[in-house]
Amino acid sequence: MENVVILGATSAVAQAVAKHYARASTQLILVGRNQAYLESIEQDLMTRGAEKVQTIVQDLAESSKWEDLVAHIYTLLDRVDILLVAHGTLPDQALCEQSAERTLEAINANALSQIAMLTAFGNKMAASRSGKIAVISSVAGDRGRQSNYVYGAAKAMLSTYVDGLRNRLYKSGVSVLTVKPGFIDSPMTAHIEKKGALWATPEKVADDIVNAIEKGRSSIYTPWFWRYIMLIICSIPEFIFKRLSL
Amino acid sequence: MSYQSWGRYPKVHQRGYSLKPRFSFPTFDMDTEILPFGCGRSYGDSCLNSRGLVCDTRQYNKFVEFDAERGVVTAESGVTLADIIELALPQGWFLPVTPGTKYVSLGGAVANDVHGKNHHVDGSFGHFVKSLELIRSDGERLTCSPSSNKEMFYATIGGLGLTGLISTVTLQLKSVESAYLSVDTIAFNGLDEFKQLSDESKQDYLYTVAWIDCMAQGDALGRGIFLRANHCASSKPATLAKKKLSVPFNFPGMALNKLSIKAFNQFYYWNGKRKECLGQEQHYDPYFYPLDGINDWNRIYGKRGFLQYQFVVPAKDYSAIKQIMARIADAGAGSFLAVLKEFGDIPSLGMLSFPREGVCLALDFPFQGQKTLTLLNELDSLVVEAGGAIYPAKDARMSASVFQSFTPKLEEFKIYKDPLFSSDFWRRVTEN
Repeated sequence: MENVVILGATSAVAQAVAKHYARASTQLILVGRNQAYLESIEQDLMTRGAEKVQTIVQDLAESSKWEDLVAHIYTLLDRVDILLVAHGTLPDQALCEQSAERTLEAINANALSQIAMLTAFGNKMAASRSGKIAVISSVAGDRGRQSNYVYGAAKAMLSTYVDGLRNRLYKSGVSVLTVKPGFIDSPMTAHIEKKGALWATPEKVADDIVNAIEKGRSSIYTPWFWRYIMLIICSIPEFIFKRLSL
Repeated sequence: MSYQSWGRYPKVHQRGYSLKPRFSFPTFDMDTEILPFGCGRSYGDSCLNSRGLVCDTRQYNKFVEFDAERGVVTAESGVTLADIIELALPQGWFLPVTPGTKYVSLGGAVANDVHGKNHHVDGSFGHFVKSLELIRSDGERLTCSPSSNKEMFYATIGGLGLTGLISTVTLQLKSVESAYLSVDTIAFNGLDEFKQLSDESKQDYLYTVAWIDCMAQGDALGRGIFLRANHCASSKPATLAKKKLSVPFNFPGMALNKLSIKAFNQFYYWNGKRKECLGQEQHYDPYFYPLDGINDWNRIYGKRGFLQYQFVVPAKDYSAIKQIMARIADAGAGSFLAVLKEFGDIPSLGMLSFPREGVCLALDFPFQGQKTLTLLNELDSLVVEAGGAIYPAKDARMSASVFQSFTPKLEEFKIYKDPLFSSDFWRRVTEN
């Protein structure tokens, strides 16, 4: 039996990843906020052939619940083979600029809660000396830009944390993957109207994630061309960059 | 997200939003007209609602239940036919009726009461819908089937998404032995030969269809390749290696012209003739969905887009279809892969359903401005005169009077239409 745990299971990318694992001899645990939505995903994965699906309703931004959640998951499973950390929000940059509280909330929702989960799962998986972890970060973490630097800062923290965790868990035989997607056409970005060639579907991003997990890769940009876009963005000298409206 | 139709004509600015999961209730703003939008595979403006919003059903993509014993699947309306094949085929089930692409949503297949190459045996998609759930803009959820809310059911089958939001559909699938079909490929010369082949095949073959060369004139008028097939047992692997081509950008307008299209059609005909054979084992994917192998194939028609024209006229002595095809060949404006199929006499269930007894032709016209529109208007009058009908899912320009000439149940349909739901197509064909 293969055990897959997905945090933020109602996100479009997480759902598309889960479909890949909806097969005999795979058991999935889905964590998300919306019970009805989780149940419809559970039904879907069971219909597609998953061995067993369990759902846990939990707002992962609530720090008081972090410890119990991980303990609870380990009462349902003896071992985690694949962990996908996919939860997060897209904060409103303009609101964050006006409010330190909002900014800290955004950082909690997009970095601290992920780090808390990774700390706990990382230790458990290191002890069992097996498993694969995939964390959805973002290209936004590669360089701060005025249009979404709060989100970007959280993702930068997360990416750096994941780099270190990968380094540490290497000896334990646990692989850790950083996923840096670009723009994804999903409900999280539904309010953005103008979409063009740079936008990818959640299914495309999910295919890339599953392939990278299988190959045990360390870090991917998805779709692949974002690696080069970010290379260019990161190489613009700061004295020019600060004048741009990116 | 930008929403456009498959033919990319007409071009409109379409706003839309993504539906939330089906258990949480969609909220409707009573001042804004809406229209469900699935995969955007309708060719014309039946999937557009430029005066209001479209609600994107792509997150309605969950299966609810699959009974592998009886071959009955229940799924949300945004699930694609490709998803259903992927789920059901390994357990010995296939779509009961399939259009020429598997990248359509289940809701779209119901709303257009789509048909396939087995119409003469099985009728259309609606005949296999056991029930569906409809969410109306007043918040009511209706379970519709031939036995409950049956008028609403018959309005929704082929109802162009106008009776409310289809949330789930329960569909009866067809039992098959394998992923393969036994296919006969036969070249024919002229419509009389086509009719003869069609007549002699309809008893023993589940699927019949022909590709026809619409550019050929004179003696060659109506020549083509006839394909007939049945599902068969096979020991070959059920899945084919994926190789996908893509059209990365709009072809320049010059790429398709009379000469290149004529040459393509000639090649296709002679190549088909060269490969004539009986009982060849073919995988379902290239057989049913030859164009699905090329992503965004609609871009070959360039930026201006194209119009597909599909109509059915009574078969009788084939005089009407001959007259219309002669007119198309004369104009030399047609494109490749025109598809000809004789429908059977099974009446469609939907009040607005397109399929009806007769002979049906579908072909593409690259959009070339007024010239194209004038030709299609001329074809409209020939179709109407012959007592035929034009397929709303492909249409972007027919007049209200043409639509009304072959839609006797229009007034009855209006009783069941949801007052908040509308489309560019609907407004055009119901204006006075």
